[in-house]
Amino acid sequence: MKLITAVVKPFKLDDVREALSELGVSGVTVTEVKGFGRQKGHTELYRGAEYVVDFLPKAKIEVAVTDERTDIAVAAISKAASTGKIGDGKIFVTALEQVIRIRTGETGDEAL
Amino acid sequence: MKSLISTFMLFSLLSFVGVAAAEPASSAVEIKTLANPSAPVTVSMEASAVVATSAEAAPAVVPSANKGDTAWMIVATILVILMVIPGLALFYGGMVRAKNMLSVLMQVFVIFSLTAVLWAIFGYSVAFTEGSAFFGGFDKLFLKGITPESLAATFSKGVYVPEYIYVAFQLTFSAITPALIVGAFAERVKFSAVLLFTVIWFTFSYLPLAHMVWYWAGPDAYTDAAAAEKAGATAGFLFQKGALDFAGGTVVHINAGIAGLVGCLMIGKRIGFKKESLAPHSVTMTMVGASLLWVGWFGFNVGSNLEANGLAALVFVNTLLAAAAATLGWVFAEWLLRGKPSMLGGASGAVAGLVAITPACGWAGPAGSILLGLVAGVVCFWSVTSLKSKLGYDDSLDAFGVHGIGGILGALGTAVVASPALGGTGVWDYVSNSVAEYSMIGQLISQSWGVIVAIIWSGIVSYLAYKFVDIVIGLRVPEEVEREGLDVSSHGETAYHL
Repeated sequence: MKLITAVVKPFKLDDVREALSELGVSGVTVTEVKGFGRQKGHTELYRGAEYVVDFLPKAKIEVAVTDERTDIAVAAISKAASTGKIGDGKIFVTALEQVIRIRTGETGDEAL
Repeated sequence: MKSLISTFMLFSLLSFVGVAAAEPASSAVEIKTLANPSAPVTVSMEASAVVATSAEAAPAVVPSANKGDTAWMIVATILVILMVIPGLALFYGGMVRAKNMLSVLMQVFVIFSLTAVLWAIFGYSVAFTEGSAFFGGFDKLFLKGITPESLAATFSKGVYVPEYIYVAFQLTFSAITPALIVGAFAERVKFSAVLLFTVIWFTFSYLPLAHMVWYWAGPDAYTDAAAAEKAGATAGFLFQKGALDFAGGTVVHINAGIAGLVGCLMIGKRIGFKKESLAPHSVTMTMVGASLLWVGWFGFNVGSNLEANGLAALVFVNTLLAAAAATLGWVFAEWLLRGKPSMLGGASGAVAGLVAITPACGWAGPAGSILLGLVAGVVCFWSVTSLKSKLGYDDSLDAFGVHGIGGILGALGTAVVASPALGGTGVWDYVSNSVAEYSMIGQLISQSWGVIVAIIWSGIVSYLAYKFVDIVIGLRVPEEVEREGLDVSSHGETAYHL
């Protein structure tokens, strides 16, 4: 099992969710986050006081998938979240030791 | 806490004694005159040839309040309350960081309440009864002697409004003024320090300035040149100098702006000034607040006419146009010089225009108001962006940059836009019952008197008041408290649970 963590542009969130749904992924966790990467921040000006906003808002999507579906899930997220412009975000894939469905006690692939 | 309360009580007592000492208790006789803010009167000192006193002889009717004027004054008073709470509170609140939102709302809310009570106890009496040229007397402490039948003069002979509504109307002015000051040292001041400062400053800066600018015997006293001279001698110091201040440019805005400047210099900069982001937490709130200020300002300016008549309508138009023109002035200046027209700029521009037209609104014409508004928008934009950063003081919400600078500009600009040659109304002569001859230079000198006296008086009183408060309870919160935010540390609550 793998945990896919994708940080994407907030307005691409719905596209990513739809793409994952089409693959049959039955659940994701979404968090509103801020961060910086190659995309530069912007400046805000309030009555002449200039503030540089370094951290830009992004959406973080966490989704757990079986090993064999990892590649197509990553490809689907990548395609759905892409605008081709700087700041599209990143996808991290990490190994997942165990998954437990709390209600039934199922574990592993069964729990996904 | 106990010691805090006793400090307050002690101080309130001291302030009474202070005023009493400053005031020779000569004004024993209560004249039934009614205090009034107004257009100072130019009295023609040439022979009273034109004066037809006989025409003045009023028929033997018991004077009573005009119902239409009374209704308008009740509405106007409510509008000014709306300016303060929630208008000013939200305007300022939106500009601080979220962790200090409630502290600003609380300061404005409690200053309003505190000042309202002080106004009834001694404020009204000291500002609006006859005394010296600088302070009134104590005849109306606790509003003594005022009944539903008591009348206050307006600007027309033989036209009155109930004194109670006049008291309430003027109360709202005295309440917004100290509330304006908190913008200068927001996000770092002790709540108790704000309250103690308010008591002192209200007593020794607001009340004398209100008396100096607005106290006069009322138009009925100006029957002929001799009577006018006699009545004029009882008026406030700046009234006698001929300084025009229709709705409080000097008394409210310059007064508060200078107190703010002195305050932010004495209390020091916020931690992180020019290093960390001190950006407004909600320009939306600020826009809502500025809009409420704009609406409420019709009560402030138009209500200052005390009558619902044609001049009130002119004041209304002037107020509207100046605010609109100043919004355009600020926004376009910002757009040209800084690249983007901002909502905060629009809101600030409107307020700057309202400040500038305040002293002038009863004498300007519509075109003059547009001109004054445009200039105010641009000048105040310059003052909060260039001037402030050059001088390096941290006037958090630009109490001085907008109210001080805008107030001075408006006070001096009044001399220009009041000129009949530029579409203004000129100044009414209550002796000849006509518009007096107008000298722009002469009026500019009178206006300068008002500006200079207000700057010096407010500057000195503010300095001493801050010094005293600093010694007694300290002006500023400790560093950890400032970092944590004043809401949690001073008020035990949080503005937003999101």
